[in-house]
Amino acid sequence: MEWAPATEADHIDGVPARWVAAPTTTAEAAAVLERAARDNLAVGIRGGGTKLDWGLPPRRLDLLVDTKRLSGVLEHAAGDLIAIVRAGTRLDTLDFGSQHLALDPLPGATVGGTVALNTSGPRRLLHGTARDLLIGITVVRPDGRVTRSGGKVVKNVAGYDLGKLYTGSYGTLGLITECVFRLHPVAGARAVVTTPVPRADLGALLATIRAEQVVPSAVELDRPDDGPVTVAVLVEGTPAGVHDRAAQLEKATGGTTSADPPPWWGRYPWQPGETGVKLTAPLSRVPALAEPGVRGSAGTGVLYARLTGDIPARLDRIRAAAIAAGGHAVVLTAPPDVRERVDMWGPVPGLALMRRVKDRFDPGHRFAPGRFAGGI
Amino acid sequence: MSTLGTLAATLRAVLGDGQVLTDRQDLRTYECDGLANHRVVPGIVVLPRDTAECARTVRECVAAGVPFVARGSGTGLSGGALPRADGVLIVTARMRRILAVDAADERATVEPGVINLQVSKAAAEHGYYYAPDPSSQQVCSIGGNVAENSGGAHCLKYGFTTHHVLGAEIVTPEGEVVELGGPAPDPPGYDLLGAFVGAEGTLGIATRVTVRLTRLPQSVRTLLAAFPTTAAAGAATSAVIAAGVIPAAVEMMDALAVEAAEAAVACGYPAGAGAVLIVDLDGPTAEVEAQFAQVTALFETHGATELRVAATEAERTLFWRGRKSAFAAVGRISPDYIVQDGVIPRTALPEVLARIGEIAAGHGVRVANVFHAGDGNLHPLVLFDAAKPGEDERAEEASGAIIDLCIEYGGSITGEHGVGTDKAKYMPRMFTADDLDTMQLLRCAFDPAGLANPGKIFPEPRLCGEIPRKHHGSDAPTGLY
Repeated sequence: MEWAPATEADHIDGVPARWVAAPTTTAEAAAVLERAARDNLAVGIRGGGTKLDWGLPPRRLDLLVDTKRLSGVLEHAAGDLIAIVRAGTRLDTLDFGSQHLALDPLPGATVGGTVALNTSGPRRLLHGTARDLLIGITVVRPDGRVTRSGGKVVKNVAGYDLGKLYTGSYGTLGLITECVFRLHPVAGARAVVTTPVPRADLGALLATIRAEQVVPSAVELDRPDDGPVTVAVLVEGTPAGVHDRAAQLEKATGGTTSADPPPWWGRYPWQPGETGVKLTAPLSRVPALAEPGVRGSAGTGVLYARLTGDIPARLDRIRAAAIAAGGHAVVLTAPPDVRERVDMWGPVPGLALMRRVKDRFDPGHRFAPGRFAGGI
Repeated sequence: MSTLGTLAATLRAVLGDGQVLTDRQDLRTYECDGLANHRVVPGIVVLPRDTAECARTVRECVAAGVPFVARGSGTGLSGGALPRADGVLIVTARMRRILAVDAADERATVEPGVINLQVSKAAAEHGYYYAPDPSSQQVCSIGGNVAENSGGAHCLKYGFTTHHVLGAEIVTPEGEVVELGGPAPDPPGYDLLGAFVGAEGTLGIATRVTVRLTRLPQSVRTLLAAFPTTAAAGAATSAVIAAGVIPAAVEMMDALAVEAAEAAVACGYPAGAGAVLIVDLDGPTAEVEAQFAQVTALFETHGATELRVAATEAERTLFWRGRKSAFAAVGRISPDYIVQDGVIPRTALPEVLARIGEIAAGHGVRVANVFHAGDGNLHPLVLFDAAKPGEDERAEEASGAIIDLCIEYGGSITGEHGVGTDKAKYMPRMFTADDLDTMQLLRCAFDPAGLANPGKIFPEPRLCGEIPRKHHGSDAPTGLY
């Protein structure tokens, strides 16, 4: 496995790497990381490069491990509804025929990056997030050892479920090389029922949707900078079933049915270079966070906000609202001048335990140091 | 005074006499969990009434260097709550309050001793229920469910405990009280809650749990189908899933399991069936009707000899009674039995069942098969008579051979019962030394002294060692942690 000297393009959020390695297999990745451990190198990981500006830049970076050649579907057991995929595989290129991995892909994002940063989309309401769909994982530890947890059957409680720990860990605990996912059948039909609603009535509308037993795949809201809130509900299933469920929702909400979701569906409300915040709250408190520039999963209590203007002041206000509601406000991405002035993560319950986990997995603090919550 | 004697006196002084048991007769009540062939009388039993008492108990154990084991209702089937003679058993039975049911937030917050079914009962008036439903749900506790990541018949569609727990207040193995997760999704930082659920009490004790509530389905249809062979029933199950239908539950029983259930609860299953399937379909009425038509058609083309549809709730209960009583029922046809919990890819079912038949014949024991056919979670019941010389050894060997078979087919040694005491010896067959070592990294982060439920999950006790703070070229730590 050759290491190449880094070029100008090889940086994480402005922090340049000295070398780049692009392993094609777990074994090659292990050899790379074993050498990096020997040489005490700081390691960063790049998948599709779509979220390198998330979190904070690493405190130091020597070796950039690029996963683009670590790609491909290793197994698709259709009868068992599972697939094993290499981490560098682009999520939006996965094709399992009449089945699918029920994670809404960000364009260009890899499987490994999606798991490592725990991104999720509208259908998390029905199918959950990466943590829920991941049933097995192969990770090369910072010391270069290859380890697996979980397996390739959906039902499995043997040993610790380390897949949960790696999911959303921002590459601070090791390099994910292979993921085993539970798949779902692709529904035969779908419909979207869209309802505009004044913010004052948003809570009642969401309660009405919950009360109907239509089992939506997603309940999304969008509040543009001007204009009312729009709520869009996705139902998926058999043609007859979807028809009836959409009709039931139309009747209950006064909404209108369309075949496809609205154009804002599943997109973050910010543009590259802007400040994007993830807001969470218990369901009944979602309306309290639905300010202008907010969009996201009203059905699960996970919203996304684009902050403009006096960003620190707006962040303070929206974070206070989220915390009062029982949730959090985490700045996912922000330009450097904003990052320097704000607390990206806000309060992190359990941080002391998290530091102890990091100390055990990466005692030299070489993997993405400083990228994660609490300076981990 | 002995270490335990001193500790008992301290615990009495701080918690009060009523919370600390040391009388031999009292202690014997707790000598085993649902895996009754493993018994150890605990050194001390503590029944904390709240988080503070639980944390105080753990801190006193840590100060005295005494191991502790948490226990809920004691229904676990892998010996996860097997006590230590040199340790303290912390029983959550007095922490039994449902603290909140918030239908508008679709969640409930409960103490760990609350019984699983009570959560659904409390939520029912709001039109909700708690989805994970282990067969023991009338007696098992939420704290135990969290420790074991309990499943149940309906996890094919609805997932396991880990998918339904939003937050937990825990007492760490060092006696700190920490919140993992919380009332809102995706809390910042590592998903320690995800790692905690299913850790079998080795990462601490849950003292308050926030669970997700699920909207009751608009419609439920239950059907029972008889097939000439388990292979035919397995093929029918696969056909249903290949058609894109995910039933809420698909349960299978073979002829021997049906015979036992019939003897025990007279469930009236079709006579002479080689295998019986019980299927629940639930969801919006229009979807359920469409799926019901698909499933019945597929069952007929795959050779079902009889199809019954539950017309009433009473009939539905009757269909399920035979299945839910199956473990206990084999007591009617065999004096002793071992329950296994292996998992295989569902498509391998016919092959694996044939091989289980060969294993049974080769060891001179009978095996009754009851399983969650939808997700390939087998519960082979190895029947034997301990009074006959050599039978228990042969049953144990057959049981181990079945586990090996599950691993050979790419499955798991346990689908829902946990590793506990029972299956720790099989862990190295499923995981490499490095895999197990990595799990130890997590354990050591939570429990450096190794006092929380030691001896469970992992085959050999391990010391945690110091954390190497620096990491330089030639003195890289290999095998140090």
